[in-house]
Amino acid sequence: MDMSQHGSGTGTGTGTAPPTVTSSGGGGAGIPGRRDAPGRHGPDGSGRPDESGRSGRSRRSRRPGIKGRQGLWGWIFVSPMVIVVGLFLLVPIGMALWVSLLNWNGQSNPFTSAADFVGVRNYADVLTKDGLDRTQFMTSVRNNLYYVLLVVPLQTVLSLALATAVNSRRIKGKGLLRTIFYFPSVTSSIAISTVFLFLFQGSGAVNALLKWVGLKGPKWFTDAHGLVWTILGAVGIVDPDRPVGALASHGFLGLSWWDWLSGPSIAMCTIILLAVWTTSGTYMLIFLAALQDVPVELEEAATLDGAGRWQSFRHVTLPAIRPVLFLVMTLGLIGSWQVFDAVYVMSQGAPANTTLTPAFLSYTAGFQDSSYGRAAAIAFILLAIIVVMTLFQRVLLRDRDKPARLVRSLRRRTS
Amino acid sequence: MTTHTPTRTRGSSGTGAAVRHRTGRRLQLTILYVVLAAVALLYVLPFVIQIVTSFKTDPDAAAHPLSLLPNPFSLESYRRLFGLGSMDDSVPFTRWLANSVLVTVFITAGRVFFDSLAGYALARLDFRGRNLLFNGLLTVMAVPGVVLLIPKFLVLNQLGLFDSYAGMIIPLLVDAAGVFIMRQFFVSVPREVEEAARIDGAGVFRTFWSVVLPMAKPALITLTILSFQGSWNEFTHFLVATQSPQYETLTTGLAHFVSGSLSAGTQYPLKLTAALLATIPVAALFFVFQRHFVRSANSGAVKQ
Repeated sequence: MDMSQHGSGTGTGTGTAPPTVTSSGGGGAGIPGRRDAPGRHGPDGSGRPDESGRSGRSRRSRRPGIKGRQGLWGWIFVSPMVIVVGLFLLVPIGMALWVSLLNWNGQSNPFTSAADFVGVRNYADVLTKDGLDRTQFMTSVRNNLYYVLLVVPLQTVLSLALATAVNSRRIKGKGLLRTIFYFPSVTSSIAISTVFLFLFQGSGAVNALLKWVGLKGPKWFTDAHGLVWTILGAVGIVDPDRPVGALASHGFLGLSWWDWLSGPSIAMCTIILLAVWTTSGTYMLIFLAALQDVPVELEEAATLDGAGRWQSFRHVTLPAIRPVLFLVMTLGLIGSWQVFDAVYVMSQGAPANTTLTPAFLSYTAGFQDSSYGRAAAIAFILLAIIVVMTLFQRVLLRDRDKPARLVRSLRRRTS
Repeated sequence: MTTHTPTRTRGSSGTGAAVRHRTGRRLQLTILYVVLAAVALLYVLPFVIQIVTSFKTDPDAAAHPLSLLPNPFSLESYRRLFGLGSMDDSVPFTRWLANSVLVTVFITAGRVFFDSLAGYALARLDFRGRNLLFNGLLTVMAVPGVVLLIPKFLVLNQLGLFDSYAGMIIPLLVDAAGVFIMRQFFVSVPREVEEAARIDGAGVFRTFWSVVLPMAKPALITLTILSFQGSWNEFTHFLVATQSPQYETLTTGLAHFVSGSLSAGTQYPLKLTAALLATIPVAALFFVFQRHFVRSANSGAVKQ
């Protein structure tokens, strides 16, 4: 597998491509040799669009009949995809872009001259203009930001740890463990959220469990206190119920510093736990595939050189799976900004808007407040956040390229 | 708990260093097993509690949420969900179930067929705009689904498909990730097979249908399972595509039921039973075809 391709891919779509190529039997490998073979076949699809495109045209001129027939069939074959993707993906994006510039309640036809065009006001309402809309939106961004900050590292570390354990040559029952860890990932998010709702009730199973070890669990779903203030409160530095003067009186983008710095609420923590619990299995499998690709000789060479298990993991394994680590974090980041199902079932944004997320806010703005313009604007801002965050993460992670070089030199030595 | 004795220490088990080394490793291994077992328990316990609670009565579930023995043992939740209960029933579970089965069958069939068609064309047929389409597909796969909630509703509403089975099914008939999986598979199929068929005079569709497609069985199984799981668990699309209770599926129905009566906080056995029954089909499929789930997870962002 060409590992370098992962890192340089676009991170989302194409970045995910290489694993499939390898798992489905080598992709276009070996076919280039057949390039001069009979002209009626399509290009090999080995990722060289220019070349195949050119040769396609020259062949077309030679054998117009067959080419023409393939061209027609090609379009017939892809037409369902083109129609569905176009109609329910591209058109909606265009239409929502237009609606985001309107003050529209969903009743009239938005494409007539009667439409109330308001320009960028919907965007201004949630970004720059002081008011309830902005406070609500910024609260949702704050909530989701803390959610991402906790979920992405936790799920990455947990899934890597699980994958390493399941990949270990020394333990038995690996298949069973893999099944157990992966199972939550395939079940319905709604069903799982229902179960967590039951487990985390005030007098539920989690608190009963905590009672066994002498702890008094919070009322998870009604506790709007921020985690940071709760922890600082526990050691007596601040009172979670009484915002400190300077932090409460000053603010940024319509939210006080006390609110910005609060951390996720206790209620949000349950959703965070749910997310980590359900996603770690999928990422474990991705890591597992990567770990199995790390040459055993490489790790053995490190052990022979006197490296301990942790050192060998840190300096050999980790750099070798770095592209996949990057992939998992990117997927995690994109997924975490879209949290919706769990919020819908478990909290609907309550308590005190501390589990509100941009995705859920967009939904309620449209379907409950009938402000479809604002709902669409929030959706596009969310899209922008995801794109910017992904690019930011890419730049951040790409700069540290030294370990990769180390692996390459090690590889050369062992081979 | 036996472990493989490292070859290095086999002959020299008498020396102190080797013994210490071995006991150290054994201790490490034991700790690893204990930690793994504890973590595994965390992954299993919620499902165990769910199953046990489905056989409990409301007061029992509220008083002993952690108890693994229903007392008394009750089938009331199951009876109520299937309309056999003594109470006047407000949970139209059988309708949810029927709707879920209906949309899942159509969406799965559609995806398997249309994804294969498009995947084959993108892999093998030479037509103008193919590379553009393929790159477009990769871009489309990267668009976060939640961003499209409101936009999708706008289009469904405009087309008059809102609140109908057509609106639930048609937008999901083709999925970019499935097309991508099939394309990757067809790229790897040897060309000789098709050549032989063409020489025998088979047309493009015939070659695809009776020669190439039968070879794609493993990929088709993966795609079928993935589509089944995806449409059975689908929530957000059905949420924005419908509003009448008559179109509620297991996911939307359960979500409305659970989140609507949040304040009441009762009827947990009923809710958990409904959630359990909604999980069983995918769970069964998972335990039988685990290999294919693993493969699809490794093909990347499919679940996202």
